[in-house]
Amino acid sequence: MDIFVQQVVSGLATGGIYGSLALALVMIYQATDVVNYAQGEMAMFSTYLAWTLINAGLPYWVAFAATLAIAFVGGLVIERVVIRPVEDAPILTIVIVCIGLLVILNSLAGWIYSYIQKPFPSPFPEKPIRIGNIFFGAHDIGALGVTLVVLLCLYVFFRYTTLGLAMRAAAQNPVSSRLCGIRVGWMLAVGWGLAALVGAVAGMMVAPVVFLDPNMMSGILIYAFASATLGGFTSPGGAVLGGLIVGVVENLVGTYVSFIGTELKLTVALAVILIVLVVKPSGLFGRVAVHRV
Amino acid sequence: MTGAGLRRAIVPAAIAAACLLPFLLSNFRLFQFTQVFIYAIALLGLNILTGFNGQISLGHGAFYALGAYTTAIMIDRWSVPYGWTIPVAGFLCLVVGFLFGIPALRLEGLYLALATFALALAIPQILKYFEHWTGGSQGIVLSKPDAPFGLKLNPDQWLYFVTLGVLLVLFVLAANLLSRRTGRAIVAIRDNPIAAQAMGVNNALYKSLTFGVSAAYTGVAGALSALAIAFVAPDAFNVFLSITFLVGIVIGGLASISGAIFGALFIQFVPNWAQDISKAAPWAIYGIFLILFMYAMPRGIAGSLRLVLGRLARASGGTRRAA
Repeated sequence: MDIFVQQVVSGLATGGIYGSLALALVMIYQATDVVNYAQGEMAMFSTYLAWTLINAGLPYWVAFAATLAIAFVGGLVIERVVIRPVEDAPILTIVIVCIGLLVILNSLAGWIYSYIQKPFPSPFPEKPIRIGNIFFGAHDIGALGVTLVVLLCLYVFFRYTTLGLAMRAAAQNPVSSRLCGIRVGWMLAVGWGLAALVGAVAGMMVAPVVFLDPNMMSGILIYAFASATLGGFTSPGGAVLGGLIVGVVENLVGTYVSFIGTELKLTVALAVILIVLVVKPSGLFGRVAVHRV
Repeated sequence: MTGAGLRRAIVPAAIAAACLLPFLLSNFRLFQFTQVFIYAIALLGLNILTGFNGQISLGHGAFYALGAYTTAIMIDRWSVPYGWTIPVAGFLCLVVGFLFGIPALRLEGLYLALATFALALAIPQILKYFEHWTGGSQGIVLSKPDAPFGLKLNPDQWLYFVTLGVLLVLFVLAANLLSRRTGRAIVAIRDNPIAAQAMGVNNALYKSLTFGVSAAYTGVAGALSALAIAFVAPDAFNVFLSITFLVGIVIGGLASISGAIFGALFIQFVPNWAQDISKAAPWAIYGIFLILFMYAMPRGIAGSLRLVLGRLARASGGTRRAA
């Protein structure tokens, strides 16, 4: 029983990280109808920036805040400079541009920081927290907490601020929003900025666990896809919950189903994606897209 | 000159040039061109699915791997002559692709891209897991086949001609398939599924069949690649391979048969050029190429060529009428 609870808790922790990256994916998808394949690499690059800042001697939380600011501006600039020229192009063209972005960021990170793994500090104490016979990694709990805080902030932002409302309007009906005086193009850019910011949080939370290297996000990205699919690509809260479910399922299956072990863990993500897509394509909390013909 | 007339002139010339290449190039360069043809077959397969039928696949590397491993295992374990392994690989991929196409029926656009992307990501792990068959991460080493009938060709030259032959057969088949009734049904499903259904097209059957045919093409390409490289290993079939295929068809030109060749040239040679330009960050250069290419030719190379040729034809037609 203890092992079970232990596995569930650490599953929730990794799930929180999947959830935050899934959240970033869902945000860009909602705002722009684009799935950003470069999301993972953007997060990885932000994490390297954080590493640079921390090594330059800044306290962790200062570096954290600075990284978020840089990531936001970076995402904004990428949308304006790279994505905007192909805004009206067919969806596959945008996908290819995102892939171009992915290889550029990956290669630049490898060039600047080398491909050697680097340790990344955690802001939370190393000593595990003990309740009864169960140990909770302080970082795990902290990462989960940070993810929930981010989700709460986004909820408040989209629900109660004018800018958030404008962004939702721009995504839902660009033409009418334009007529109401909303600068639709800029709303897309802000959406990318916010997604980069959320991605940066995910990167900084996951780096202490998997170590920092240019390819650290590729595995996590697929779990994020699985999470977003499970929760529904149109539901931010669903994406986080999907992440938690995927994290827990991944851990439990890895522990209790012996033929899967750690070797076929990615295949579990594949299975989750396929099953959800076949049984309920819109995900647990997503809206079913209705077309008028 | 009209488009069809031009094609009648260019295609034989290109084939003749391709037949001369083995006697002009070094073995290494020749191997690169063999690889171009192999990619072209795979890209044509993906293009039938994505370009003509409108189903996005980010997982065709999986079928490429399936084809390659079918050939490798048949030769290595059962000593089957290599010529027989190619149709078997194609047929196996046809069946698997058809079966994968059935759940894919429920998915559109982004969701299909995701499902296939997951397939591509999982493939190396699955290959490593069935170690007994696949040799695990060590892979399987093959030997290159010699030219039969006492032909005075070295193995690289022989493989080049085999690949060229398979390429030509498959391209003619695809051109026939796509220009007839079936092809029109495939394109109609992409453009307006509801209208296609109303016209009596069995959408579900055609979409799964297209998936199967597309997978078969890619599987044959994979089988040829196993022969050409004489080695298969799980990490060669990572997700990047599938992404490269998608890059190839979009750069080459969606829904265009000749686009497969242009795309194959791009994915084979541009990474090398990028390497020449910058040893430190070749993929950054590649990514920049990719993005600039998309800005300059959003319809791919074949699409831009068609545009230019169309303008030329109109211009010459105009002058004739004026004269």
